[in-house]
Amino acid sequence: MALLEVRNLSVAFETAAGAFFAVKGVDLSADAGEVLAIVGESGSGKSVAMLAVMGLLPPAATVTADAMCFEGRDLLTLTPRQRRDLSGSAMAMIFQEPVASLNPCFTVGFQIEETLREHTDLGAAARRARAIELLTQVGIPAPEERLGSFPHQLSGGQCQRVMIAIATACNPRLLIADEPTTALDVTIQKQILELLLRLQAEHGMALVLITHDMGVVAETADRVIVQYNGRKMEDTDVLSLFERPRSAYTRALLSALPENATGSRLPTVSTFAAAAEDGAA
Amino acid sequence: MSATDDPHIGTAEQEPLGPPPVAPWRENWRYFTSNRGAVLGLTVLGLMVLTAIFAPLIAPHETATQYRDALLAPPAWTANGRAEFLLGTDALGRDILSRLIYGARYSLAIGLVVVTLALISGILVGLVAGYCGGWVDALIMRVMDIILAFPSLLLALVLVAIIGPGLFNAMLAIAVVLQPHFARLTRGAVMAEKSREYVTSAKVAGAGHLRLMLVTILPNCLGPLIVQATLSFSNAILDAAALGFLGMGAQPPTPEWGTMLAEAREFITSAWWVVTMPGVAILITVLAINLIGDGLRDTLDPKLKRS
Repeated sequence: MALLEVRNLSVAFETAAGAFFAVKGVDLSADAGEVLAIVGESGSGKSVAMLAVMGLLPPAATVTADAMCFEGRDLLTLTPRQRRDLSGSAMAMIFQEPVASLNPCFTVGFQIEETLREHTDLGAAARRARAIELLTQVGIPAPEERLGSFPHQLSGGQCQRVMIAIATACNPRLLIADEPTTALDVTIQKQILELLLRLQAEHGMALVLITHDMGVVAETADRVIVQYNGRKMEDTDVLSLFERPRSAYTRALLSALPENATGSRLPTVSTFAAAAEDGAA
Repeated sequence: MSATDDPHIGTAEQEPLGPPPVAPWRENWRYFTSNRGAVLGLTVLGLMVLTAIFAPLIAPHETATQYRDALLAPPAWTANGRAEFLLGTDALGRDILSRLIYGARYSLAIGLVVVTLALISGILVGLVAGYCGGWVDALIMRVMDIILAFPSLLLALVLVAIIGPGLFNAMLAIAVVLQPHFARLTRGAVMAEKSREYVTSAKVAGAGHLRLMLVTILPNCLGPLIVQATLSFSNAILDAAALGFLGMGAQPPTPEWGTMLAEAREFITSAWWVVTMPGVAILITVLAINLIGDGLRDTLDPKLKRS
């Protein structure tokens, strides 16, 4: 049985023009120790699907699914209290904007220890020691000093490391990373990805990586889900995605990569959009 | 395991350590003290607080002692002034300086109590309105709008008329009148902060509604509230003085500044000092507090910060 099992997930937003489906009937599953990448262009519903799994969507969104199970527990029927116990300890999530994701009013140390206080029985001294251990693990120099820093005193890369430290504080079985490197510059991107992969391997977590960077996918993922317009286009292992893309949309997406371009003009996905729609039907 | 000998972490570009962390209050204090007006205001208010605390030691006379031989004695520096009554005496022969010194206690207490009451209730109401949204928000804010629709002094007068005159009732009434300002300010700030990513990541970490409201969001909304609290402090003193002047606040013989003004009303033409001195005391206090409030706003509003 997979760690995360989602079947026929749909998310609808109530708008003035009627219900708008951001996610339409998506199936996905993630096993322990697996790196799953979800790719797609902006607005393809890849973030919304994961927000639905974490229960973070606003009340205006309607989430329906035949099944949404984490370790065999149905996420849709949990009480809010049970759900809060689960998120942060067994499943965690990190976001695109590391600086905005940290509370500007509190020190880094306080925010790490806050999660530990909520989900573990550690005492104050043990929490502090664990916080230092976590900061060391994510590669922040002089962790004892950094515990007293405020988010605005750290760089974007350091903030993302702190976010990863908070997310992994309670050794989650599932870590969802929503475009974790988009806001960072290239050298830091590489470091953060390597850090995520190292932690994933050490703890045997399932890592769900939401991204639109095919380079990131090729380098990190075991399995890839391609999403377009709220629908799942392809679900395959990473090698066959690049070598034998089955859906027309995936082929369009791959040919839109600058390094695959042949002529002087870059092909765009929109020219293939109609074909991709047919492929899904 | 340190960052440098960890083989998994790229060493191509080690992120810089940056300057050593500076406590935010220290940084704010530096900005605040660079504003001369604010420092002046703080000094005056500090002196005022000391005066209030040590009133029995400083005041040359008792506040209620009537010197029958010195009714309406002018200030010491005028022709008929007497040295022992520095700012003169009132119509009952009481030393004005001593009464002003004791009056500082009332004014500061009024400011403090009113602002505390208004701040706490306003923050709670605004927090609930901003966080819950929907009909809760609409209901709360319409009630606030109704309170705001009345001229503040008039509403305070009505409230005091209902619950009876007296210093504490006056303070309650003023707190009710000032409270919607805090509620509005809090609601606006909460609505802006609610959708920020750190709130989402607190949710991911498993924070409940109360924790999100009080620990995650509220501290980020405090900047404008502190400024509003300071400015309301002076408003509270003014309103209390006005209520006292109208006979609805502190009752004689309390040496409250507004009440002193009320008692001196009939001598405006014959003995200027009886009216002027309490008025000047109110003026100086309110001015000092407003200067502090302006300084705080410049300090706490990042958009006005020069850096």
